[in-house]
Amino acid sequence: MKKSVFLGALTVAGLAAGAAAAGTLDDVKARGKLNCGVTTGLVGFAAPDANGTWDGFDVGICRAVAAAVLGDPTAVEFVPTTGKTRFTALASGEIDVLARNTTWTFSRDVDLKFDFVGVNYYDGQGFMVPKALGVSSAKDLDGATVCIQTGTTTELNLADFFRSNNISYEPVPIETNAEAQQQYLAGACDVYTTDASGLAATRATFEDPAAHIVLPEIISKEPLGPLVRHGDNEWGDVVRWALNALIAAEELGITSANIAELSAGTNNPEINRILGTEGTLGEMLGLSPDWAKNAIMAGGNYGELFEKNIGASTPIGLSRGLNAQWTDGGLLYTPPFR
Amino acid sequence: MSDIAFVRTEILPQKAPPVAATGFIGWARENLFSGWFNSILTVLSLAVIFSVLSSILPWVFSPTWNGTSLANCREILTAAGSVGEHGTTGACWGVIRERWLQLMFGFYPSELYWRPILTFVMLFVALGPILFTDFVPSKLIWFSGLFPFIAAWLLWGGSIWNPLVALAGFAIGFGVFRYASTALGALAAIILAALVPILWWVFLAGPVASGLSSVIPLELETVQSRNFGGFMLSITIGVTAIICSLPLGIILALGRQSDLLIVKSLCVGFIEFIRGVPLITLLFVASTLLNIFMPPGTNFDIILRVLIMVTLFAAAYMAEVIRGGLAALPKGQYEGADSLGLDYWQAQRLVIMPQALKISIPGIVSTFIGVFKDTTLVSIIALLDPLGLSNAIRADANWNGIVWELYGFIALLFFVFCFSMSRYSMYLERKLTTDHH
Repeated sequence: MKKSVFLGALTVAGLAAGAAAAGTLDDVKARGKLNCGVTTGLVGFAAPDANGTWDGFDVGICRAVAAAVLGDPTAVEFVPTTGKTRFTALASGEIDVLARNTTWTFSRDVDLKFDFVGVNYYDGQGFMVPKALGVSSAKDLDGATVCIQTGTTTELNLADFFRSNNISYEPVPIETNAEAQQQYLAGACDVYTTDASGLAATRATFEDPAAHIVLPEIISKEPLGPLVRHGDNEWGDVVRWALNALIAAEELGITSANIAELSAGTNNPEINRILGTEGTLGEMLGLSPDWAKNAIMAGGNYGELFEKNIGASTPIGLSRGLNAQWTDGGLLYTPPFR
Repeated sequence: MSDIAFVRTEILPQKAPPVAATGFIGWARENLFSGWFNSILTVLSLAVIFSVLSSILPWVFSPTWNGTSLANCREILTAAGSVGEHGTTGACWGVIRERWLQLMFGFYPSELYWRPILTFVMLFVALGPILFTDFVPSKLIWFSGLFPFIAAWLLWGGSIWNPLVALAGFAIGFGVFRYASTALGALAAIILAALVPILWWVFLAGPVASGLSSVIPLELETVQSRNFGGFMLSITIGVTAIICSLPLGIILALGRQSDLLIVKSLCVGFIEFIRGVPLITLLFVASTLLNIFMPPGTNFDIILRVLIMVTLFAAAYMAEVIRGGLAALPKGQYEGADSLGLDYWQAQRLVIMPQALKISIPGIVSTFIGVFKDTTLVSIIALLDPLGLSNAIRADANWNGIVWELYGFIALLFFVFCFSMSRYSMYLERKLTTDHH
């Protein structure tokens, strides 16, 4: 008797929990704040300034989603996560969306029960060497000492690359990027390998960046994107299309500068649909008609976010490369808004 | 008359000792150059010290206090001419100027900085009657008892009724104990005194507090735990763990020596389990596992979870340190206390503990210092303590690449705290010394 009461209570609790977890969109609206998981600090992607305000490329996605849902790009609670805590934070509901330069892989999507809603940065693992080493291709690195972060996929990629090219290397295990910088500059290793965006950021801090080159080989695919919990498709759609709106805005020439003018109505029906002057796209998502307008106004379209945080005009100075629009030879290709 | 040719009739004034035996020269001769071997050692040591300082000091005294970014610091250094073969040589202190408040308070709202500062000052007032019994009026101990509640209210804000209602739980427990110990006997009284306040906190405290605050709203602006960071976070965790672990440790140590089988096995099990797992494992349990066990939407404060874990961890170590003190006491002390007709708690309070704790002081303070430094581990579960913040600061494109300046500053502050604790323990040992000379 007692046992059945206990089990019944458990069931009720489970149902209540299930019901509470079912509508992230409603939860966020009721809370008035978006809980967004970011890194504890990665140059260009997420970092707090001296006043504790977060800024960066991943942060821009969080702000766009908050603006789309709540109409306010500052209605975000940034939850710093480490590589070890990020997935539990998302799975347990502590955060609504994780925008933390997380690579979209099969096992994370399928086994860990998450949904990657898209890709906001196509990264890949590269190599940096001092120019004085006289190496122009990663295939010349036979016998080199390599600084490598332990316990990451970069370590496995490196082993695969060197084995398939039948050359040898000597790993110098390091824990953090800061440590890698020190070791590499001190000459403890000939080569530093990590994601190409990280290499660029590291190289930018050197006194003489020109004395170091990033080799042309990219040995892995690292599509980084925001992710949400599996099974809440309404919420997944919101985040997916907020990201797509930023990408489409660049393609269609909607910028934070001309958006006010364009939202008065244009001859381009797709722009009108995105900005909510035509059609009912916002209503279909359960959002206000100007959801995409708010998202774009939060930090600009994809290209503006890129330029402001990691683009050629910043110290990091990344070129668009794979992250250009498909019309410019890149991989950004959003499905149509219709 | 007498064949003594000369008699001195007054004492000569004392002469100053020879120059070579006094002052600096005398001291140096005695301590540094008292033989050829020691002289060589002295010269070698001086050479080492000079070479270390001559490479560190120019780096430390670098005119970059107003630097706005790493690149800007390098320009300043180049303009000042401190350029070595590997580029500019000198620290970039601009990062400390811009971020020291952040390293102190994390993301705590800057207009509310007075609250943690006031709490910190009051911490010393509260510690006064405990640490410096000679100089501070003992009546202040009442303030020490209230301080945890005041501190929690100041740091987190919210309604004043929350800490008051929590405090009422202790008063209720005490009242129940008083009443029940006469009516029902000691054991039942202890059990009731533990149970009733817990029931109060779990079921009644929340509604009562919200009811009272709707009648008399008296509130400070609430600050989320997420905004805690920097040294404020380290000190909050460290001080709480230190203060709570000592009484817990004493109870565990006594429990471990108890003759009651259940009490003893519970204490031994707890101590051995906690000491058998690393602190970082407990922190992961606090930050990730608990999240999954609890139903979604439960808001069990992350800092509270960490506080509990660190306190339990410290208590297990503390228990063993105190057990060492207990073991060092001769059996005669226990028997002496018994022969005076003292009951168990009286014997512990008046005879055993004062001696056992005194013996354990160095071990206790070592554990305290260890706990305080262990608080930096929380950066691994994404709490922004000073080390976590140093990473976040480095993620700012302006300061990316700065390592030593940040770590140096953090190390300096940790040193100040740990060194003061260590000096205090030496003072306490001298004060409590009862050796017969």
